[in-house]
Amino acid sequence: MIRLLSGDLPRSRALSALLILLLLALACAPFVFPGARALNMAAKICIFVVLVASYDLLLGYTGIVSFAHTMFFGIGGYGVAIAMTRMEPGWGALAAGTLGALFVTALLALVIGLFSLRVRAIFFAMITLAVATAFATLVSQLSDWTGGEDGLSFKVPEVFTPGFSLGHAEWLGVPLNGKLFTYYFVFCSALVLFLLLLRIVNSPFGRVLQAIRENDFRAEAIGYRTVVFRTVSTVLSALFAALAGVMMALWLRYNGPDTSLSFEIMVDVLLIVVIGGMGTVYGAAIGTALFLVAQTYLQDAMKLASDATAAVPLFSGLLHPDRWLLWLGMLFILSVYYFPQGIVGRLRGEGAGRDIST
Amino acid sequence: MTTSSSLPGVPGAPSAPADLPKVRLDWTPLALAPLLMLLAYPLVGSGSTWLTLTVAGLAMGMIIFVVSSGLTLVFGLMDVLNFGHGAFIALGAYVAASVLLPLAPWVEADSLALNLGVFALAILAAMAAAGAVGLFFERVVVRPVYGQHLKQILITMGGMLVAEQLIKAIWGAETIALQLPATFRGAVLLGDAAIEKYRLIAVALGLVIFVAMLLVLNRTRLGLLIRAGVENREMVEALGYRIRRLFIGMFVAGAALAGLGGVLWGLYQQNITVAIGAQVNVLIFIVIIIGGLGSTAGCFVGALLVGLMANYTGFLFPKVALFSNILLMMLVLLWRPQGLYPVARR
Amino acid sequence: MTDDPILRLRSVHTYIGPYHILHGVDLDVPRGGVAMLLGRNGAGKTTTLRTIMGLWRAGAGNIHFDGTDITRHATPAIAQAGIAYVPENMSVFSDLTVAENMRLAARSGAIDEERLDWVFRMFPALKIFWHQRAGVLSGGQKQMLSMARAVIEPRKLLIVDEPTKGLAPAIIQNMISVFCELKQTAVSILLVEQNFHMAKSVGDTVSVMDGGRVVHAGAMGDLAADEALQQRLLGLSLAAHQ
Repeated sequence: MIRLLSGDLPRSRALSALLILLLLALACAPFVFPGARALNMAAKICIFVVLVASYDLLLGYTGIVSFAHTMFFGIGGYGVAIAMTRMEPGWGALAAGTLGALFVTALLALVIGLFSLRVRAIFFAMITLAVATAFATLVSQLSDWTGGEDGLSFKVPEVFTPGFSLGHAEWLGVPLNGKLFTYYFVFCSALVLFLLLLRIVNSPFGRVLQAIRENDFRAEAIGYRTVVFRTVSTVLSALFAALAGVMMALWLRYNGPDTSLSFEIMVDVLLIVVIGGMGTVYGAAIGTALFLVAQTYLQDAMKLASDATAAVPLFSGLLHPDRWLLWLGMLFILSVYYFPQGIVGRLRGEGAGRDIST
Repeated sequence: MTTSSSLPGVPGAPSAPADLPKVRLDWTPLALAPLLMLLAYPLVGSGSTWLTLTVAGLAMGMIIFVVSSGLTLVFGLMDVLNFGHGAFIALGAYVAASVLLPLAPWVEADSLALNLGVFALAILAAMAAAGAVGLFFERVVVRPVYGQHLKQILITMGGMLVAEQLIKAIWGAETIALQLPATFRGAVLLGDAAIEKYRLIAVALGLVIFVAMLLVLNRTRLGLLIRAGVENREMVEALGYRIRRLFIGMFVAGAALAGLGGVLWGLYQQNITVAIGAQVNVLIFIVIIIGGLGSTAGCFVGALLVGLMANYTGFLFPKVALFSNILLMMLVLLWRPQGLYPVARR
Repeated sequence: MTDDPILRLRSVHTYIGPYHILHGVDLDVPRGGVAMLLGRNGAGKTTTLRTIMGLWRAGAGNIHFDGTDITRHATPAIAQAGIAYVPENMSVFSDLTVAENMRLAARSGAIDEERLDWVFRMFPALKIFWHQRAGVLSGGQKQMLSMARAVIEPRKLLIVDEPTKGLAPAIIQNMISVFCELKQTAVSILLVEQNFHMAKSVGDTVSVMDGGRVVHAGAMGDLAADEALQQRLLGLSLAAHQ
């Protein structure tokens, strides 16, 4: 078990319990939580855990703030979508799309890394913001290929289509159809990728990253070429994001700017990483689950509260479910100040003592 | 930017002898904007279209300058970058709307005096609101994270998020249409070209602000402190000046200027949404990077370039408009990696 | 040790991050006199000066200036109390002219004409380069500007960090006469120097630092006369440093 987790144990009863609960919930989701909405949420959690964890590699472990992460997420999704629409929608196209996306991702991340990592953090953050915005605009402009604002819908390999089923067989009341298979494909991929990330951050490479994050001057003095490490980390994190994008496109059988490239997604990822806990891959898992669940169900609760206080317009406005980001934003700010280790840090009892070095 | 200012009435100071190094003005970056304008002419083809685009570009550039000037000085002076600067822009625009909409009769009236009056009122209100929020922002959001760049980026982004949501809560999430005051509407005819009056006003206003900033920086004691502080904050403190207070003042001034820019931008687009904050954010960052941190003149040149570029490519190659500014930024960085006029030596 | 030193450090410790640089520094600067602070590279001399100026916070101990405890004061307040700092890297504002540099240093707003003439007599190059950007000055001239900034208005204490570092011998001689001129005024001076000849010519008292501590303190004349002591403390003899 320890080998599986690459030696990075949760180190907290509460955290372990939550993680096991999460794992079981996701593994049995189709059987325990009936209905399309719940299954959708479970799949989204799986995908976003990978996306957020890959961002944690960049932000939490290497100490780099980048706003271009969703760009790679989008490349993954569009890679699959374009391949499936342009070629025969089958396993070949899927592979081609994925490999193509990974190639473009690696190249782009490499360029960004080499060009920008020599400059200061603030420069880099600004440049990634500009590049990501430009990319999003470019995608909506090249509508012949990308479907513009409407995105691309496509067919998937037969075994994933909802119509497919093993002769109307059922198991525990759940039909064994394409949706189920897609879900488990997504779930298993996410699990594998997550464990892979754990492996990376706990490897000697990961330790060097942390040393660089703590004191890059000293790391350079000891002999590590920090630019090389940072670039590799950028590329790795981008690749994982692209894979998450592939999974997303496969699940939705669709890819568009609002599901993959929007700045809202970037903000959500940032919020989750910080609130969940920077520099602790588990933070991504717990944070994502809590965030996505709350986003749906808490918003329902907010709607009730907003309607109840309709008499006082300002309160009603503040409690309106669309203002969910307001409260999350404040939680985010508080987390950066007081709980840099996020939820995971609190559970481990580390709290505000150990700070993320800047 | 190298300029030398003369001190009036200093005793015994001679004129420079002939063999002293001449004060060389670094004029190459200043030539960039005219160069771009010249380059675009043959591409655009028609003289009148070129004129219209150029004025539009200059107007947009001026507005961007107004908005980014405060940010670059604050960064140069205190090494603090506010990723949430766009929030002040949005706030300014919305406050202006709150002034302009109820006073619609003044806006619609065909009297220059009333129009100017309501325009000035909107600007003052926007600047006051943005300045006040800026003060709050500096105290609560920025001050605790001096010197910690990573946290600064995160927190100011969070601050912008919260600010945007609050704006939506107060003013609603729909787009608000803004009407230009009556006498500002319409266009002036120069030959074949129709130049919108409002754009000329924006250019004029931007120039006034730029000149005012240069005067303050180069002719006043305050400007002296700012220029010295951008170069070496520690030494200025060691000379006995409390530069912290100066910084707060500058942050507030920067926020107020952003509010002013928001009003101008909102009237330029003739509608406002909360997203304008985020939209202009990207352009501001590009401008500051191009201009060089801490340099007002660099910011000015950068802003003009960005404004012109956006309008020319918007006409010539619409699909790559935003991309063109990124390209511009990369070209400038390849030529001068620290920006056009790097001042802050850090 | 004088009875009423203008500056008194007692048991000052300074930490920079995890590094413990000053290990309990005791230092006195006599009123109206010149106190030399000598020592090898890395002994902690610059750190001591920066701690006095408040640029680095003393972790323990106290610093008294003219009767006031300035240990916890902010740098601007310390400067306003009457201490002028001439740092090791001169810190002239390159983008400002010589005139603007001086104008900034004159906190009261106006530069006193007579005082300026006196400064020009000590540093003639500044008069010639008055309207030039400070960035075009040579190393020696920048040093002069840095010194001139510190004395353009009367201050109680000057703390100067290695003013002759990297300068040609002729300019060093110039600097020595500048300090002798300054000694005529009422100002007290704390001077860090590696050049022992200069130290001997100018200093009244001397403290030698090593490893973040003051390992010797006494009259300059005594140290100048004792070659063996010099050898032990500074690793060289007077003759070798002419």
